[in-house]
Amino acid sequence: MTSTIVSTDRLTKRYGHRLAVAEVDITVRSGEIYGFLGPNGAGKTTTLRMLLGLIAPTSGSATVLGYPPGAVATTGSIGALIEGPGFYPYLSGRDNLRVMARYRSLGADAVDSALERVDLSTRGADPFGSYSLGMKQRLGVACALLGDPRLLVLDEPSNGLDPAGMADMRTLLEDLAAQGQTVLLSSHLLGEVQETCDRVGVISGGRLLAEATVAELRGATSLLVRAEPAELARQVAVRTVGHDAVHATADGLRLLGGSDAAPALTEALVSAGARVHEIRQVERSLEEVFFEMTNAARPITERTPS
Amino acid sequence: MTALFASTRAELLRLTKWRVTWLLIAVWLTLNVTFVYVIPYLSYRTGGGGEITDGQSPESLLAEMMPTTLAQSLTQGMPLFGGAIMLILGAITVGSGFGWGTWKTVFVQSASRSTAFLGTLVALAVVVVGTVVTTLAVDAGLSVLVAVTEAQPIDWPPATDLAAGVGSGILIFGMWTAAGVLLGTVARSPALAVGLGLVWAMALENLLAAAANLLGGLEPITDVLPGRTAGSLAGSFGGGGTPGVLTILGGGTAGLVLAAYLLAFVVISLTLIRRRDVV
Repeated sequence: MTSTIVSTDRLTKRYGHRLAVAEVDITVRSGEIYGFLGPNGAGKTTTLRMLLGLIAPTSGSATVLGYPPGAVATTGSIGALIEGPGFYPYLSGRDNLRVMARYRSLGADAVDSALERVDLSTRGADPFGSYSLGMKQRLGVACALLGDPRLLVLDEPSNGLDPAGMADMRTLLEDLAAQGQTVLLSSHLLGEVQETCDRVGVISGGRLLAEATVAELRGATSLLVRAEPAELARQVAVRTVGHDAVHATADGLRLLGGSDAAPALTEALVSAGARVHEIRQVERSLEEVFFEMTNAARPITERTPS
Repeated sequence: MTALFASTRAELLRLTKWRVTWLLIAVWLTLNVTFVYVIPYLSYRTGGGGEITDGQSPESLLAEMMPTTLAQSLTQGMPLFGGAIMLILGAITVGSGFGWGTWKTVFVQSASRSTAFLGTLVALAVVVVGTVVTTLAVDAGLSVLVAVTEAQPIDWPPATDLAAGVGSGILIFGMWTAAGVLLGTVARSPALAVGLGLVWAMALENLLAAAANLLGGLEPITDVLPGRTAGSLAGSFGGGGTPGVLTILGGGTAGLVLAAYLLAFVVISLTLIRRRDVV
């Protein structure tokens, strides 16, 4: 049985008249990589800050590792990188980690190991102020990894990383999950989330729109059929897979859940005298699902053109 | 207790590796040596009576540089520029953490906000005590040097006087450091905290005291303002006439008022740190 690591109950944060997070309910289970998706200003960071006890909720509650956020009992069990790395600019990367390690009574071994995991060992002696954005981000992740915490909360960990760095980050996250660590990561990089996360929560305008596995969110695959004459093709498709599953689109006919029907449909179209240009399986990307969800949740004037 | 020890070790590491800490201590020591020994000695050698030494006679100037007046030498520069330097240290130590975003990192790493913040306070206390003890050592060395150069006997003050001087120095510096910490916590910015603190310490207190003199009846309030109380504590060891050194309150009363200020500044800062959102 998987245990719950993070759960929130109608978690809400209001700044004056502005509702930053509205009654969010999420559940993060042990050992999973949970992706917290949302456009800029959606409320991701505010939610994560509440989970870390950095800001107090206006209403609602949360438990992290079985305790309220910020509880002393969870010290050493949570590592976090929240809204960019915050370090002393005059200290080297290594000394910054030494300072943070001392807070947890960790020794030099933990610092060296964390630097190695994010490939910063050779630049550890350089001042933090001289680091590139990507290096600062990696140091932030190294700090979160100090002492192998049970739960990692990473807010946009790939910010500022080059493609190789992003690939390394994905590998690191997968390694962590393989070791049984739980990762709660916020991102607006949909490809990264699709490839890395077990489950996702989609938030927009402070409200949680969905929480499901990536596969559940993307839904069943469909068939795209391009054949002429169009009306004949539609009639054949309706006879083959049923009326409700056939949708006419600008690209052609889309048959929901009809991937298994491809051979029979091809044969039926050819038998009926239709000219078949293309029949292929289509999967919705997480990006498509995300834009559908977040556009629907925003005012028409702010919607992303599709 | 273990968590507080861990936080203190962490804060000491970052404070001792910060050039600003050493720069502020060096500035204080330089000013202390300049105004307590260099200028008085030059004035003594040129016959005394100069405006900069308040018209003191050569004998009086020499007497104030001897080892026997070490407690006075130690504390006389503290209420004014020494206090201002410690206020800057407290303000930038706490205030810059908000600008750099280090408080959020520290609060996630540490056992609790309270232990993290108390660790900072203890580390600052170590710096304060270290600075006072170093000042005492430097002053002792220079007073012996002057005594030997001028063929004077080397007589040390009673140990109780010396301990009272060191304790008063720690209290004065501690109060101003805590004031800086409070301003840094309230302003969440080092620049604003330092600016407000210096305006208060260097100008506003004196203006309020002057206004109280004119209006009458307000002196009981202005006499116990932080800077004037620190001046009174320093004044209990002598050195009247030195800028910032006063004889308004007795040493015991001034010490108690300063301790109350220190405690109040710490409690208010800690309460704010515990309760406010870290954004």
